[in-house]
Amino acid sequence: MKFVAIKMLVGDRARYLGILMGLTFASLLITQQASIFEGLMARTYGFITDTGGPDIWVMDKKVLMIEDIKPLQDTMLYRVRGVEGVDWAMPLYKGLLKARLDNGSFQTCHVVGLDDATLTGGPGTMVEGRLEDLRRADSVIVDIVGAEGKLARPAETEGGSKIPIKVGDTLELNDHRAIVAGICRTTRTFQSQPVIYTTYSRATLFAPQERKLLSFVLVKAKDGEDKLEVCRRIEAATGLAAYTQKGFQDLTYDYFMKYTGIPINFGIAVLLGFIVGTAIAGQTFFNFTVDNIKYFAALKAMGARDSQLLGMILLQASIVGAIGWGIGVGGASLFGFLLRDTELSFLLTWKLLVISGGAIMVICVLSALLSIRTVMRAEPAIVFKG
Amino acid sequence: MTMTETATQIAVSCTGVTKAYGSGQSLVTALRGIDLEVRQGELLMLVGPSGCGKTTLISVIAGILDHDAGEVSVFGEDLKAMSGSRRTRFRGENIGFVFQQFNLLPTLTIAENVAIPLLIAGVRHSEAVDRGRELLNRVAIGDRWKALPSKLSGGQQQRVAIARALVHNPRLIVCDEPTSSLDHETGHKVMELMREVASGADRALVVVTHDARIFEFADRIARMDDGRVVSVTKGGPRPPDARGRGVAVEKNGNNETKDEK
Repeated sequence: MKFVAIKMLVGDRARYLGILMGLTFASLLITQQASIFEGLMARTYGFITDTGGPDIWVMDKKVLMIEDIKPLQDTMLYRVRGVEGVDWAMPLYKGLLKARLDNGSFQTCHVVGLDDATLTGGPGTMVEGRLEDLRRADSVIVDIVGAEGKLARPAETEGGSKIPIKVGDTLELNDHRAIVAGICRTTRTFQSQPVIYTTYSRATLFAPQERKLLSFVLVKAKDGEDKLEVCRRIEAATGLAAYTQKGFQDLTYDYFMKYTGIPINFGIAVLLGFIVGTAIAGQTFFNFTVDNIKYFAALKAMGARDSQLLGMILLQASIVGAIGWGIGVGGASLFGFLLRDTELSFLLTWKLLVISGGAIMVICVLSALLSIRTVMRAEPAIVFKG
Repeated sequence: MTMTETATQIAVSCTGVTKAYGSGQSLVTALRGIDLEVRQGELLMLVGPSGCGKTTLISVIAGILDHDAGEVSVFGEDLKAMSGSRRTRFRGENIGFVFQQFNLLPTLTIAENVAIPLLIAGVRHSEAVDRGRELLNRVAIGDRWKALPSKLSGGQQQRVAIARALVHNPRLIVCDEPTSSLDHETGHKVMELMREVASGADRALVVVTHDARIFEFADRIARMDDGRVVSVTKGGPRPPDARGRGVAVEKNGNNETKDEK
């Protein structure tokens, strides 16, 4: 009977394509919007994941997320270093500073100051130059998106392309000269501002003079030490907050989930995709069943058991669900691939595939339930009613 | 003929069968105590005006509609006493259907349509379709086994429906207005075919029809009116054949006929 179910489904081209379109649309919209949401959220904690090396981030207790910087006294670094289980601890400066561009305008940049000696917390990928080049006088490393975008020099001709800044070019950061010593690749920031890496001492020189300038202490736990336990020890010893890398990611993620309208806005789009998909696919699938009810009744009359008819409908729903989901996910992936080098934030994870697959399955089950109810209730005697 | 032999020759037995639809003021009584027997080897026609209960009666006989009171047995089995699943299985094994509107699945080839009762019974697809093609050969459209129903004329579609009703070798075949959608000549051919391939000593046919032109094919004609069988008479002139003959007996009517043997 599987064969009969499949031919009933695909033989009715118009309805088959209608159901597929509904499910594809739902799958595409759910996957695409959720991927953009995930991509956007990944940008919120992108700096944390880009910072390689430390296991633990230490900060002021009032910090709510990565951008919410409440500077610490420099002496805190030494107190952290003294905590049992800490292998090493390095300072990190992170702040927003204004860069003056060639055309006279200003661009706010994320300036990151790395420990002068070890350069711990530097970018993972260097496109040009080396991280060690930061040891040269006045040197900075600029992220490629910023170099080619907001920090790029104006076009030489009207209507021409901007000229990306390159190694050897100079910038003016808070009235201080900085020389580009390298280009790196980092996760785009949530605010899409350029990221500039330099040494800790130089960053604090660039920054406006304040009593406290230490943003975070990056900590590596000793081998075999439980990171959460080390966090607890640091908190107890210093009165600061200490999070594992994942914990700090989650803190940042949760902040954006809780205090911004992003989840609601994207949630509505995803819900809309689900509702529209359910409506289109459900209605079309139901109509398909209703139109075929006399054939289902005939099958019943000829001895088809309820379980066989149930299997037929579930098979039909599964087929359109799988194909619709596949096309939708493929379309969303293509969308993300084609726009990979743009400002678009797009992150399609396996979890999103599971979620969109689950949503499509729910749509199919709802559609199938309506159809199953109709078929189960159909009296085989209707086959004799002309 | 012994009692046992007589009992085994009865294909369908209806005793005091009643059926009503609705309730209260909207109650419509479709069957008002039907007593009827159909023996194996017989082609019985149920005739009568619209709304007289013919369709309800074959629905009850075929086990796709429950009657309210009375007894219905098909090949000695009390359909009402069976569970739903048992009755469904019984239908699948013992009853073939020919519908007025053919009810051929439009997206299946005619060979696949014919194979449906076998597919329902769990026969492998290729084997079922091969058997379907054999039946299509018997009804003389085997050369078009790959065609979709929409490519066939009404008469050809009815041949396919007959082949489908026979493919699983059922003992009872119920036909609802098998010629109503067909012109006179095609209707005649279809009935000749039914008589040829569907009737036999081990089978029984119950045909509901309005079409007086095919009465001649009946062994017996049961006339219904207002939910009752009002008469059972012999059919029209019979084409010469060597079929085993049975009789239909309206138990309580005045038109009881004799066994012709």
